[in-house]
Order: sequence, then structure tokens, then C-alpha cells
Amino acid sequence: MTETVTGSGSGGVVAGSEGAPVDTREERAPADVAQLTRGKAIRALTPVGWLLLGLLLAAQLVAVWISPPDRDMGHLQKIMYVHVPALWTAFVLFFVVFVASLMYLWRRADRYDLVAASAAEVAVVLTGLGLVLGSIWGKPTWGVWWTWDPRLTTTAILFLLYAGYLALRSFTEDPERRARWSAAVGILAFLNVPIVYLSVRWWRTLHQVQSSPSTVDDPYVLGLRLNAIAFLLLGAYFVVRRYQTARLEREAEARVQEASLRGI
Amino acid sequence: MSGQAKSGKGRRRIAVLVGVLMVLGAFGYLLYGGIGDNLVYFLTPTELLARGESAYDAPVRLGGQVVPGTVQWDPDALDLRFRLTDGAEIVEVHSTGAPPQMFRDGIGVVVEGRFTRSGVFESTNLMVKHSNEYRAPHDMEKPEEMYRTLIREGGGQ
Repeated sequence: MTETVTGSGSGGVVAGSEGAPVDTREERAPADVAQLTRGKAIRALTPVGWLLLGLLLAAQLVAVWISPPDRDMGHLQKIMYVHVPALWTAFVLFFVVFVASLMYLWRRADRYDLVAASAAEVAVVLTGLGLVLGSIWGKPTWGVWWTWDPRLTTTAILFLLYAGYLALRSFTEDPERRARWSAAVGILAFLNVPIVYLSVRWWRTLHQVQSSPSTVDDPYVLGLRLNAIAFLLLGAYFVVRRYQTARLEREAEARVQEASLRGI
Repeated sequence: MSGQAKSGKGRRRIAVLVGVLMVLGAFGYLLYGGIGDNLVYFLTPTELLARGESAYDAPVRLGGQVVPGTVQWDPDALDLRFRLTDGAEIVEVHSTGAPPQMFRDGIGVVVEGRFTRSGVFESTNLMVKHSNEYRAPHDMEKPEEMYRTLIREGGGQ
């Protein structure tokens, strides 16, 4: 979220494509410069991604290395180091969708819509990861892959709500309408996040209530914290990347529209 | 024409507002209304027995703790019997098939099945409930130690 070039079709070159309409306008140079600078900024971020991936791998290795097998479930406990941080990060990103959606309705600026969409995509993937790992964890410990307890059910609903949000986005052609509608869904769907989080306290569930450092021995706490940080940073990185891509897509769309308006 | 468009827009706004209020109301009802009490994933032994006559032969989930010392496991017949308690009432449970590996005395379980007139809960599905505790083994429980102990004992025989 660094640059401020708006995609209002201010000239520039369509990045390498088959016989793309050649832009002949005069004001093309400044836009080119801006795009070049942005291209550099985008590429400069790649090492950060590798660094964060390395951080995540290191956090995983450290966590696995320092944690003794749990008294009840042995090495299965280590699934925690992905299952929990993935869902925590997803919750944070759903909050980002919520805030960005509010900001869009308030300010009506494209970038809020794109931030919401980017955060939602990453969060849906993380929620799916959390569900799948929870299921894999459940089979050997609980004895079942799935059960309709309130925690699992509300989490499945959460996944479907935001998958629906992404579907709505892809089915709506008009960008302005897409932004408005998805902002509404992005705000309403967030109501389910606190429900998911508190479901284990409000209702009887098979899933246990939240652990805390008092119920978890030190090595597990440390491993969990390291991975929570790594997941959060990597999640943020993916959102930024997705946002950059979304901006480029939006500009390309605008170019195509502009070209077709000019009547090729 | 423009006046018509305006009133159309205004009507739509009201419709959207009503829609939003309805959704919020539904959520509010979910949270603070009666559904919290109706959304019961499992019954406790006390609640099951309090149902009286209607407790029998209805498919339900029953949750509680395995009463220590009551587990009877026949590995050849894959037959499991134990007592389940919520601290107040006790229900005898019968189940077939190997239980999950974490099953033991004193652990929380949820069983799916029917309470029969013989007073035994016939379970078709047994699930083990894990607590929110994650504990390292005690010193003597370290896998290497246990292994060493095993070797020593094995050598002594």
C-alpha cells in the first residue's frame, strides 16, 4: 500500500501482450515513469516474501524441536502449530475485510474495496487450512473426522460465508456495484467471527475451550507464539501482494475498456 | 422522470436498511435469544435421566466423564463397557469397536446412540473430548526414560 497512482486510465503501456492497442496519447511518459517505479517496488518486495517464508519454516522447526510429546496425544499436539495460527491469522484478516468494507462505504475509494478482497482471499485459504488440519487432528484424538458441534459448525459457516463473498465478487461485473455489495457482505459476515470464537464458551462442544498459558506448558506456548507471529507476517505479506496484483488487474481492465471505447 | 428515479432510489435505500436491520435482528436473537439454550450438542447424564420415559430409544448425544475404575474392555470381542458421569448422575455405556487412543479413566467423552430400557446407553459412536491442557510428560514419563526402564526390566527377566 505504498503508491498512490490511480487507475483512472491515465495512459501507459499495457504490459507485454499480443497486439495490444498501442497507446498514442502524449501524457504517456509520466505514467510510464510511475509504473516503472512501482514495478521496482513490487519486485523489491519479493525477498521479503522469501524471508518470511524462511521465518515460518524456522518457527515450525523450533516449535517441533523444543516441544516434548504431549502427555495425552503425543506428537499429534504439533498440529497445533499450524491449525491455531492459521485460524488466528484468518480472524485478524476477516477484521481487515470488515474495516476496509466500512471504509469503502464511507469513502468510496477503490483501494478499500481491493484491500477487503485481498484480505478475504488469504483468510479463506487459511480458514480452509485450519478446517482440514482440525479434521486430521480430530480423527486420531476425538475419533471422528467431523462432528456437528457448535465450534465446527460455525467455522464451516464462516468458511462458506467468505467463499460466498468471493463468489459474489467474481459474479458481479460492474466494479462499483461489486464494491458496494461485497462491502455489505464483508461487514455482515464479520458478525460470525466473534460467534466462532466464543462458541466454545457459549455452548457445549466437543472442541475444547481456548487454552491459555496457564493450561499449556511453556515449550508449547513458545512454539505457538513463534508460529503465530510468522503466520501473521506471512499472511500480511500475501495480502499486500494480492492487493498489488488487484491494482494491476484493475488498471489493465480500465485500459481494455478505454481502448474499446476509442473503437479499435 | 428524475423525481421518479429519486423516489425509486429512496425506496431501495429503505429496503436495504430494512434488510440490514432484519439480519442484525436475527443475529441478535441468535446471540441473546432462546437459541443459546436450544443449541445443545450433548446431554449430561442428569439431563438424560430427567427426561424420564422420553429418554428411551431416542437418538441423542450423551457427554460426561469416564468414571475411573469402571472401564471393561474386551480386546477379543472389541467390546467396551464403562460408566459415564457428570458428577451427579451415572449412566452405564456399552459400545463396540476400538475406542480412540486417548480413551482412558477420567477423560471426557461424548457418545452417540440410544438409551435402552435395560438402563444401558448403547453407543454407536464414541468421541473423546480433549481438555484445553497441553502438558509435557513428568520426568519419569519421558519417552527415552520409559524406553530405558523397559530395557532394564526386559534385561532383568
